[in-house]
Amino acid sequence: MNIFIKTLIRDLRMSLRNPSSFLNPLLFFVIAVSLFPLAISPESHTLSNIAPGVVWVTCMLSVLLSLNALFHYDYENGVLEQMVISNHSLPLILLAKTISHWLLTGLPIILLSPLLGMTLFLDAESIYILMLTLLLATPSLSLIGAIGASLIVGIKNSGMLLSLLTLPLYIPILIFATSAVSQSQFNLPINGQLYFLASILLISLMTSPFVSAIALKTSLD
Amino acid sequence: MSKLIVSDLTCQRGYNELFSNISFELNSGEILKISGANGSGKTSLLKILAGLNSAESGRLSINNNKVGSYDYQSDIFYLGHLPALSPELYCKENLDYLTQLNNKSPDLGLSEALTNVGLKNFDYEYAANLSAGQKRRVVLSALFITQAKVWLLDEPFTALDADGINVIETQITKHSDDGGICVLTTHQKCNLQVIRTLTL
Repeated sequence: MNIFIKTLIRDLRMSLRNPSSFLNPLLFFVIAVSLFPLAISPESHTLSNIAPGVVWVTCMLSVLLSLNALFHYDYENGVLEQMVISNHSLPLILLAKTISHWLLTGLPIILLSPLLGMTLFLDAESIYILMLTLLLATPSLSLIGAIGASLIVGIKNSGMLLSLLTLPLYIPILIFATSAVSQSQFNLPINGQLYFLASILLISLMTSPFVSAIALKTSLD
Repeated sequence: MSKLIVSDLTCQRGYNELFSNISFELNSGEILKISGANGSGKTSLLKILAGLNSAESGRLSINNNKVGSYDYQSDIFYLGHLPALSPELYCKENLDYLTQLNNKSPDLGLSEALTNVGLKNFDYEYAANLSAGQKRRVVLSALFITQAKVWLLDEPFTALDADGINVIETQITKHSDDGGICVLTTHQKCNLQVIRTLTL
């Protein structure tokens, strides 16, 4: 357990000392969402209709932007090798890295979403649901993304490959999350979608560290 | 007492067979120097011994523990070509994490280890600001802390000056006197009491 906390602190420390690593995807999120009212229509009705989709698609793309860096630098400078051959549990180390990734990408997106929801004329209830879906699903984005990132470790210019590997796995999350927010705008029940998002989170939490560990060992071999 | 047993190890990279049916045994206190031309598979052999790469065939074990097992991985300390340092972290933080991943001995602190390799007062220096030789020294200072019995060192003397080489050689000799095993590759002349040499 000690190594889990050590890895978490180390990764957070490294990112905070190099803020562009997590600020770039976050800025992309804010800028992209705030461009939609300019490009489509400033009308409140239109904007509140497209808001769930806009926020969620942009959120996914910004997480995708940040995934490349998850293992890349540790691979380049050889720390990843040391993690793999360490006697500590590799899935535990990778889980710590993934959680630190979520704390610096998913969490800020959740915290910024009410502000962006307001600029897209979402009502208070829908903003609450939007935050809830983000809270349930952004950890899954990081966890599933970690599998993709560990598969492409060591491949040069692999951004495209990472998107191809990861985006299809993100689609169910996108469907359930956006439909939950849209339905809440019409006061329809959304329990089903939330349960699905929660179960995706649980499944990815249970499997992702182990699958990433196997993928990473294979990539380094 | 520790014993590293390697039997019938074969390594293939792509379509090339780098080496085949290598067997040797190392007992406590023995130092093995692996020599060979560039591309002969020295690094591959060390990576296989570290459990980083898999061999085409063959077996290896330390005290009957197979590679990949908790005990085997606890017994080794591997140092590859890459610096194993993160530029955003201080020397001390880097060394702390490296030794956390490996085995940490309580009797020597991180600052003392850095002082031993001639990096006194470098605790709070970013690894990014170090020269290639100094980076190598930071990583090698882990040798003063680790409790691993089998050291696998890939070109440990690269980028080191004469004084640095001397410090590390002394430490390797001390490790071997304490009953440890060391496998290393180097193209440089070294003054180690190399007990055995393996040519690939």
